[in-house]
Amino acid sequence: MTKLDAKIPEGPIAEKWTKHKNEINVVNPANKRLIDIIVVGTGLAGGSAAASLAEMGYNVKAFCFQDSPRRAHSIAAQGGINAAKNYQNDGDSTYRLFYDTVKGGDYRSREANVYRLAEVSANIIDQCVAQGVPFARDYGGLLDNRSFGGVLVSRTFYAKGQTGQQLLLGAYSAMSRQIGKGKIKMYNRHEMLDVVKVDGKARGIIARDLVSGKIERHSAHAVVICSGGYGNVFFLSTNAMGSNVTAAWKIHKKGAYFANPCYTQIHPTCIPRSGDHQSKLTLMSESLRNDGRIWVPKKKEDVDAIRAGKLKPTQLKEDERDYYLERRYPAFGNLVPRDVASRAAKERCDAGFGVNKTGEAVYLDFSSAIMRYGKEKATVDGIENASDKEIRELGEGVVEAKYGNLFQMYEKIVDENPYKTPMMIYPAVHYTMGGIWVDYNLMTSIEGCYALGEANFSDHGANRLGASALMQGLADGYFVLPYTIGDYLANDIRTGPISIDSPEFVEAEKVVKDDLNKLINNKGTHSVDYFHKRLGKVMWDKVGMARNEKGLKEAIAEIQQIRKEFWEDVRVPGSVDGLNPELEKAGRVADFLELGELFAKDALERNESCGGHFREESQTEEGEALRHDDQYAYVAAWEYTGEPKDAVLHKEELEFKDIELKQRSYK
Amino acid sequence: MDLTLKIWRQKNREAKGEMKSYPIKGVSPDSSFLEMMDLLNNELIEKGEDPVAFDHDCREGICGSCSMYINGEAHGPDRMVTTCQLHMRKFKDGETIHIEPWRANAFPVEKDLVVDRSSFDRIMNAGGFVSVNTSGNTQDANATPIPKEDADNAFDAATCIGCGACVATCKNASAMLFVSAKVSQLALLPQGRPEAKRRATHMVEQMDHEGFGNCTNTGACEVECPKGISLENIARMNREYLSASMSSDS
Ligand SMILES: Cc1cc2nc3c(=O)[nH]c(=O)nc-3n(C[C@H](O)[C@H](O)[C@H](O)COP(=O)(O)OP(=O)(O)OC[C@H]3O[C@@H](n4cnc5c(N)ncnc54)[C@H](O)[C@@H]3O)c2cc1C
Ligand code: SF4
Ligand code: FES
Repeated sequence: MTKLDAKIPEGPIAEKWTKHKNEINVVNPANKRLIDIIVVGTGLAGGSAAASLAEMGYNVKAFCFQDSPRRAHSIAAQGGINAAKNYQNDGDSTYRLFYDTVKGGDYRSREANVYRLAEVSANIIDQCVAQGVPFARDYGGLLDNRSFGGVLVSRTFYAKGQTGQQLLLGAYSAMSRQIGKGKIKMYNRHEMLDVVKVDGKARGIIARDLVSGKIERHSAHAVVICSGGYGNVFFLSTNAMGSNVTAAWKIHKKGAYFANPCYTQIHPTCIPRSGDHQSKLTLMSESLRNDGRIWVPKKKEDVDAIRAGKLKPTQLKEDERDYYLERRYPAFGNLVPRDVASRAAKERCDAGFGVNKTGEAVYLDFSSAIMRYGKEKATVDGIENASDKEIRELGEGVVEAKYGNLFQMYEKIVDENPYKTPMMIYPAVHYTMGGIWVDYNLMTSIEGCYALGEANFSDHGANRLGASALMQGLADGYFVLPYTIGDYLANDIRTGPISIDSPEFVEAEKVVKDDLNKLINNKGTHSVDYFHKRLGKVMWDKVGMARNEKGLKEAIAEIQQIRKEFWEDVRVPGSVDGLNPELEKAGRVADFLELGELFAKDALERNESCGGHFREESQTEEGEALRHDDQYAYVAAWEYTGEPKDAVLHKEELEFKDIELKQRSYK
Repeated sequence: MDLTLKIWRQKNREAKGEMKSYPIKGVSPDSSFLEMMDLLNNELIEKGEDPVAFDHDCREGICGSCSMYINGEAHGPDRMVTTCQLHMRKFKDGETIHIEPWRANAFPVEKDLVVDRSSFDRIMNAGGFVSVNTSGNTQDANATPIPKEDADNAFDAATCIGCGACVATCKNASAMLFVSAKVSQLALLPQGRPEAKRRATHMVEQMDHEGFGNCTNTGACEVECPKGISLENIARMNREYLSASMSSDS
């Protein structure tokens, strides 16, 4: 095991970033024109990076597999984005955001990166407002905030339930401006299928034009991977259908270490599944936990009556309901962090209190909030002696203004009116904290190859706080990479354009073509989805919300078996030429089948519970997650050596100098 | 539910397409329209036939990828939803459903139900932005208060998902609703105001150049728009555009 060098700058934590920026090399403006950068992905991380790099003068080539950069998965983020602005005067600060993020991540993230994230967070909001992002405002015309799980201040900026959309459209418009100027060359409907290394450095990619099917070589002086997370290894998740691990996995196979693959966030508030036809799960933003109260019936008889359709949830009296989060965690109540809320829901449902047919659902109830807001509104509007009905109507109006689109989405899917009857929710896979290992400069263990956004592992430890992914993606792309990449590229100003005719490009292209042909010519009996669903089931049952040694060992063997069958028996229709969505899926699932095994191996190796990783062997008497800092306060970075089972572990020891390590408590 | 699907099949941009009929059985009314398409595709694959290509990604009505013209309506019979949010409970057992791609000169068909909407991107490249660079020293976000009403109106316009249903619905294949939504959003905000006229001019020029038709105010777009983008945006854009063509700062 080697020691990994995270290249964390010396000095006090609050000064590291400024000092680092002052000390690193920069590329002068005239020379930037001589340098090409490939950015894979146009979500918040890739979009912001591509736009900023192009504005600085670099030649950018950007890639996405959708038909437009504006459709990257970031578009779906709902709830909001954090920033330590302290506009609400509730004592927020860079330090507090830093502290909350490290604590929320259950002390498994790198302090220096998190501090920098908190430090640049305020700039993000300024930048987005300057671009015309229409954040929610109050009547005074100033920006409004809400609070999110795991924190005690209001620091989340939002645009109704469409924050990700508005932020992404901001980054997309900045990109559009550079595309119009010719500084970004945009490759829509292109999928990166490998990275090309020349003399140990990342110098380009192999991509498939998804419309013509043509395999293309693209060269550059540096390659930036912003391809998002890999939650779809579970088949069902809240991620978009196309979200995948391929770009990250391909660079892993070429030398980039994969860090903490087992750190997955299972989000507590998603719409429960309705049947076997289910293709994905829909998130109900966590912001709903500001106003919704989570409960299940206290008595089993009531559960049975509800499941049989004989009793309505609204008929249960207050004292017949178990508001289990408020009961177990009086300080944070419904606003405990996601991992805690998810496990608590699973605990109640496993105990037989789930409220729908499948037994996998709990209530998220807005009736108290509706009445509370209704009373406030009646007072403000000067309505005296308002009846309960009037109050309810006024309150529904307030709730609609806050969460209208989410309620509509729920109603369309479930066919029930959440203003009148409580929502049903259940945890679902949502976000992956693990990802490509990067140093302080966001460089992977391949020289000249960077990873940003959800694709990297750096800032969220073992659990991400709500509204922090958008912050991280934009911090990486707008304010971190544009500086740190200059330090590396300063050595490349005399390199000149990188040829795509070198043997390295030829070889990489050949391997990609062979793999695609193998899939098409396989002519097996089952569709790609058949294997993906089987993988997903193993992951959910044995590598999901609760994990143990036996289950993980079984999962590893089962995934190996599914992978073997996949390569023997998958059927991919059509040809490699031309648009072929099944072929795209097949390549992605092939990579998930390798990642899934490494994921389980990582979970097995980490015999402690931390954040989203819950090992049944490691819990307190009350069933809370129990960390073992003496043994596991490190980042597990895996090196590929041929098969997932042979991956070699490298440890980056985590040092906590500015925050004291404690067992988390939200009681 | 048992249904008959009549679906547009077209091999590639150059090929001639045709409607083909597919019976499908055992569709759950709780499944979404795209999940019904998944079911069909799985059957086709297992039978060794070519599955139907269609665009989709988020499946929650926000990415703007999905784009089916169902029974003569963009995104199908339901209102304020995208194709991916449409559920099978909106159809009757035994029904025949016609499924076609968006039809417009500026949206050529790539394959089956997949069309090329890059003309929308090019309109954005022509002016759909505020000319501001990334900088760690931008003025504080609260330095310029924005009246809530303006912010809310800007937000409403900004919720356009760029799906193209407005174009597919319009008998002239006009992109006015899409363009006006972006023009309005930015014109309503102090940050976007300085370039408002220039922006309107450039975006409209590009729209014409891409081969979208003229707006004759039929209002069909507003009805089919899954995000409820209002015709008022078109009126607002016309004001910007007219004042731009009459003043010299365009
Ligand atoms: C439903 C939902 C709601 C969320 N809400 C919030 C929230 O309120 N607040 C918050 O902070 N976070 C939220 N998140 C998390 C957050 O949205 C994501 O973590 C974040 O947007 C990821 O951004 P990204 O730029 O890293 O990647 P993405 O937005 O996933 O972008 C990935 C990009 O990579 C491209 N790509 C991928 N692979 C390839 C390839 N091989 N070749 C070419 N291109 C490729 C894609 O085309 C895409 O452009 C939410 C997530 C979900 C699922
Ligand atoms: S205006 Fe409406 S219909 Fe047109 S692209 Fe935008 S969201 Fe789609
Ligand atoms: S698939 Fe994203 S809007 Fe329908």
